[in-house]
Amino acid sequence: MSVNTSSVKEKSRIRIETCRDDFPVFRREVHGKPLAFLDNAASSQMPYPVMRSYTDYHSRYHSNVHRGVHLLSQEATDAMEASRETLRALINARSKKEIIFTSGTTDAINLVMQSYGRTYIGKGDEIIISTMEHHSNIVPWRMLCDEKKAVLKIIPVSDDGVLDLDAYASLFSERTRFVSIVHVSNTLGTINPVKKMTEIAHRYGVPVLVDGAQAVSHMEVNVQEIGCDFFATSGHKMYGPTGIGILYGREELLLKMPPWRGGGDMILSVSFDEVLFNDLPYKFEAGTPNISGAIGMGKAAEYITAIGYDTIYRKEQELLAYATDRLSGIDGVRIIGTAPEKSSVVSFVLDGIHPHDIGTILDLEGVAVRTGHHCTQPLMERLGLVATTRASMAMYSRKEEIDQLIDALHKAIDIFR
Amino acid sequence: MWHMHIVNDKTSQLYQQVMLDHNKTPRNYRVLDPADHEALGHNPLCGDKYKIFVNIDEHDVVTDVTFIGDGCAISKASASMMTSIIKGKHVDEIDKLFHQFHDMAQGKLDPDTDPNDLGRLKIFAGVRNLPARVKCATLPWHTLHAALQGKEKISTE
Repeated sequence: MSVNTSSVKEKSRIRIETCRDDFPVFRREVHGKPLAFLDNAASSQMPYPVMRSYTDYHSRYHSNVHRGVHLLSQEATDAMEASRETLRALINARSKKEIIFTSGTTDAINLVMQSYGRTYIGKGDEIIISTMEHHSNIVPWRMLCDEKKAVLKIIPVSDDGVLDLDAYASLFSERTRFVSIVHVSNTLGTINPVKKMTEIAHRYGVPVLVDGAQAVSHMEVNVQEIGCDFFATSGHKMYGPTGIGILYGREELLLKMPPWRGGGDMILSVSFDEVLFNDLPYKFEAGTPNISGAIGMGKAAEYITAIGYDTIYRKEQELLAYATDRLSGIDGVRIIGTAPEKSSVVSFVLDGIHPHDIGTILDLEGVAVRTGHHCTQPLMERLGLVATTRASMAMYSRKEEIDQLIDALHKAIDIFR
Repeated sequence: MWHMHIVNDKTSQLYQQVMLDHNKTPRNYRVLDPADHEALGHNPLCGDKYKIFVNIDEHDVVTDVTFIGDGCAISKASASMMTSIIKGKHVDEIDKLFHQFHDMAQGKLDPDTDPNDLGRLKIFAGVRNLPARVKCATLPWHTLHAALQGKEKISTE
């Protein structure tokens, strides 16, 4: 047992060298081979303490939150609100009021689009996003532009996978109303200079949303230091459950945004003629929330904190360098995305073998990778590609898994050549 | 050499030499102009895209069939072998093959025990164990089916 309820506040109690033992999935085999899980950017694995928080809730105090007078409901409310506080601290928001539970990053971005976007963005207004956005940070804004006759402006990206900041600065006009950018690219691993980009936007008085789905498991995020107005992330990309995420929003902005979903929990009083909305953050949390998910996401944040971001970042950067080096040593491999600042993601193409064939052969060798367009079709089109193979490492990843990937790639080459 | 590898059974069953050969040197890989029928098949999930051209005579027999496009080895080999096999066949016969191939890929027809006319196409039976790859094998057949039905575009997901 690495973490229990009495020790969660103590820092650095979990050693990164042995944390892999906390993840039971690594005891299984895939097609008779040990599992080399290199698809962490799609979803990371879950450690025992997170699972235990889930079963604790369901076996000891399963009940609804924020309304019961009985003990179980109070315990559930306390656990969920403690999790909100843990997540606030993780990204250094000023107040718990600024942390809204959502079903994930996509849901968080949609909340901002539906509430802020539909209220404050109109005909002829402009929204800036980048070429390397995930579909979840393109489609909502495309939908808003279609509805409001607003205009989407796109920050270009270099062949290496770096955003052109001069071009970004020149996109601003008196009609610019919003900027939404990805912190870390899921396809390329590029870490974008979101602090600098926020500063530029704020010079024009334009609010900024940062899509942090790929950031929080890899590096320390400080929303006050970045200065962004919104920050979205997901539980399942940071060792927590699926179906849960958070939206951080600056209180000042959240206060002037209308709720976009109506229902229980988001009201103070209801009559057939009038509804008085609840305070932040509950104004945006209509209906019974994903209570066990919220508790699990908080536990995952505690787990990350107990290892420490410095330790995680250092190890993942070593793995990134190792994977990049070994892949570059294979004849015919071209790495896609070579920005100087990268998270532990390596996308590549291999001459003469389609990524889907690579993916199948790797799978049969026990290696899980992602192949395809990674939900970034405009980026792939910009780079002149249909698909890539992507290996993405997490804090528990090992060099042996990368070796297994390399061996499996040699097998694919043997078959195809 | 350290990177000489023994390929496991499932991999070699799926990627048989015949399939790899058709992938590397696809047969009938060209535009047919003029063509009586043509259709574009696209799997948006993986980006596989093929155009199939067919000429049919007055007795509903395929006199020529070709394809162009790109995708994984399974889809390209499937298109190549399909075009080789259906040339000279009656559309009713082709329709029967389409259904048999489809059922085999989905695991509903066992080519070793159930009656069928699949012949060399049996090498695609391996995809039935890989749900993510079934569509790769069947995309060219769906596209051909659409061309013969007079549809110009199909999309599988």
